[in-house]
Amino acid sequence: MTESFALTCHDLSKSFGPVRAVESVSFRLESGRFLALLGPSGCGKTTVLRMIAGLERPDSGVIELAGRVVSDVRTAIPPDQRRVGLVFQDYALFPHLTVAENIGYGLARGADRPARVAALLDLVGLDGYEARYPRELSGGQQQRVALARALAPQPDLILLDEPFSNLDVALRTQVREDVQRIIRAAGVSAVLVTHDQDEAMSLADCIAVMFAGRIHQIGAPRALYEAPISRQVAQFLGDANLIPGTARGEVAETALGDIVLREVAHGPVEVLLRPEALELRSDGTGAQGHIQRTVYHGSHQSVWVTLTGGTPLKALAPADVEWRAGEQVRVRARGAARAYPV
Amino acid sequence: MITLLPRRTGASRLLLALAIPLALAALFPTLYLALRAAQVPPNEAAAYLMRSGTLRVIGRSVLLVSTVSLAAAAIGIPAAWLTVRTDLRARRLWTIVLTVPLVIPSYVGALALVSAFGQRGFVQGWLAPLGVARIPSIYGFWGAWLSITLLSYPYVFLSVRAGLKGLDPALEEASRTLGRPAWETFRRVTVPQLAPAIMAGVLLVALYTLSDFGAVAIMQYNVFTRAIYLRLSLDLETAALLSMVLIALSIAILALANATERRGSYYAQRSARAPRRVTLGRWQWVAQAFVALIALGALIAPLGVLGYWLVNGLQQGETLRDVLIPLQRSIRAAALAALACGVLALPFVVLQVRYPSRLSQMLARSVYLGYALPGVVVALAFVFIGARVLGALKTWFGMTDYRSLGLLIAAYIVRFIPQALGPARAGLLQVNPHLEESALTLGRSRPRVFWSITLPLMRPGLVAGVALVFLTVMKELPVTLLLAPSGYTTLATRIWSASSESFYARAAAPALVLVLISALSLVYILDDDD
Repeated sequence: MTESFALTCHDLSKSFGPVRAVESVSFRLESGRFLALLGPSGCGKTTVLRMIAGLERPDSGVIELAGRVVSDVRTAIPPDQRRVGLVFQDYALFPHLTVAENIGYGLARGADRPARVAALLDLVGLDGYEARYPRELSGGQQQRVALARALAPQPDLILLDEPFSNLDVALRTQVREDVQRIIRAAGVSAVLVTHDQDEAMSLADCIAVMFAGRIHQIGAPRALYEAPISRQVAQFLGDANLIPGTARGEVAETALGDIVLREVAHGPVEVLLRPEALELRSDGTGAQGHIQRTVYHGSHQSVWVTLTGGTPLKALAPADVEWRAGEQVRVRARGAARAYPV
Repeated sequence: MITLLPRRTGASRLLLALAIPLALAALFPTLYLALRAAQVPPNEAAAYLMRSGTLRVIGRSVLLVSTVSLAAAAIGIPAAWLTVRTDLRARRLWTIVLTVPLVIPSYVGALALVSAFGQRGFVQGWLAPLGVARIPSIYGFWGAWLSITLLSYPYVFLSVRAGLKGLDPALEEASRTLGRPAWETFRRVTVPQLAPAIMAGVLLVALYTLSDFGAVAIMQYNVFTRAIYLRLSLDLETAALLSMVLIALSIAILALANATERRGSYYAQRSARAPRRVTLGRWQWVAQAFVALIALGALIAPLGVLGYWLVNGLQQGETLRDVLIPLQRSIRAAALAALACGVLALPFVVLQVRYPSRLSQMLARSVYLGYALPGVVVALAFVFIGARVLGALKTWFGMTDYRSLGLLIAAYIVRFIPQALGPARAGLLQVNPHLEESALTLGRSRPRVFWSITLPLMRPGLVAGVALVFLTVMKELPVTLLLAPSGYTTLATRIWSASSESFYARAAAPALVLVLISALSLVYILDDDD
């Protein structure tokens, strides 16, 4: 059944001298799906990508592409025979070649090459740019040429290494949507490497969170956000309030009162509450506290609260009520939460 | 991290197989001379080195190197400051004019001096009617000192210019706002930051002086290079011994230069703003006179003297056609050597940049040794091997002379390949490795990626390196003199033989042609932004 997987990594490890960059990484990617490798810089995610592309050789482990073993103890298929497209953070467009020549670089010389180049220019919305040189394009356009070039030889898998980090924040959302559309239209499987959780969640079907060379959790974006496996994953994926308490089966006693747990637990724990799970009121029930500071975002506001017992919290509140620093406030938690034993 | 061996891939093995023989060839002159020098029994070697004649050679070399270095600094530093930091009129023109002497071969400069002030020079002739029976002799220390100083000060000039341009004016402004007056700011902020640039320039001058053969030979001033040349026909072992001392001194200077270069790198950032220029005011004319005097001595007078002899020679029936054959030969030898250096540099540079390891660093260092080897020393080693190995072939194949174009080119390569490596390496360093990796993932094999991506992108650096080798070989004297096949007269050897026989009129045309061609290398020396 391996044929239905575009990519299988099994127990990959790689050291650079004394530094263990990647340790025992395993995951599978179904055909046509989009996986994000998410982690802080230096966690080994780019090394995993380079091993898949064949640019680094793993110390141990097996890589299969579309059911074909491309790397194991005996095998090391060179990058030019792996049918894998790679888009670099810096795009790596050939500066001495035009847009059309860049896109056509990976295509065999033949009658259908111009047609294929034209089709890709159309796909990435750059008709009329074929004779330009990379330096004459904007960052977003260079990005799309890099993508078209990688897609041109019809690879089984496309790899994206931090593809949006060189773009202005204003441009990023638009380019991100373009890239998602283009990759879906091409029907190709993709692996994205990023340190931006927002980027990973909005693009990928599936996220693998990496720290210090290891994958800590793999899952759909929603599952990862709502039920992170550890405090570390919780804090990396968005803002997290971790409130100390004592679990007694299905509830935990905390400074916010009793909180319903997703799973049964006992003893001292920390309970994960996302800022949007906290509700602020000026009176009524709920734990008492006072406002530290607020930041207004237009559509909503971030509010930092200190509970009477001294516990600090961050809450996401609707923009309609104006909170002032020093004001008294009541805080309540909504929904079931995840607890981590201390 | 740096490993001993490059990553073991097919590509790196192939590169090593190409690079190791070249590195060994580069090491060969030094190793061979060391071997020959070691054959002299230690007590005899010590006795020879302690002989008063040898000590005088060492003393003269040290005297010449130190006085030329000082004089070059005294000319180069103020000239650099005037052209970069003041409102000196015609700065751009002066910058070019003051840089040009760098490309005049030392024997041409010395020839100009001797043919004007020497025994058969025209100055003596002009002064005779005025009752001046004999002008002081130009030969010896003063002639060597003057001609080398006037050709080598541009090293200091260019280095200090670059240093001045790299200074961040904000530092000087900060000093002024902290209450330090202009002069104190110059002394306490500008000069300390400039020290590495000054040192680098002065050490280049020292290296140039130590390894120069042409000027000291024409001036008959017996320093290391000339002494080695003279001993060549007498006693090869003691020539090897002298060479080892010379190599040791050169390596010491080169090591010092590398050390200052590294230490000085902190200022090597381009500042965003140009600093305010000092207004010269009434001093404008003094400054103009200063730069004009340098230009007169280093460039205008030598060219004028050569022009005089050219006209003089044409009147006496010399023809310009006699220059054509030596010119063709010079170009052929230089082109062959330059192309060979370009091709041989490639595996080296790729190994060094793309597969860094302790081994590839060692290989690079051994090739860069060529910088420290004076031409006379390289020539000496090749004469040894020519006389020995090819001498044996001679008896079998009836070859009459070991000197050949092949041996000459080989010696050029060993001596000048570092000049091709530097720019080629800089060219490759500018090629983002992601470009090659992209090309690989797009399905092209490594050799095809090299041809379609790497080579076109590093071409400017490679071409600059090849051009530099070509121009340097055109001017080369001692190696050509000792290794060119008999009868293979180049521009350099023609100038040499004509001037040593005092046929100045015959030497003028090839000398002027050589200066003209060498001036092309200015394209690579002068910065484009000024």
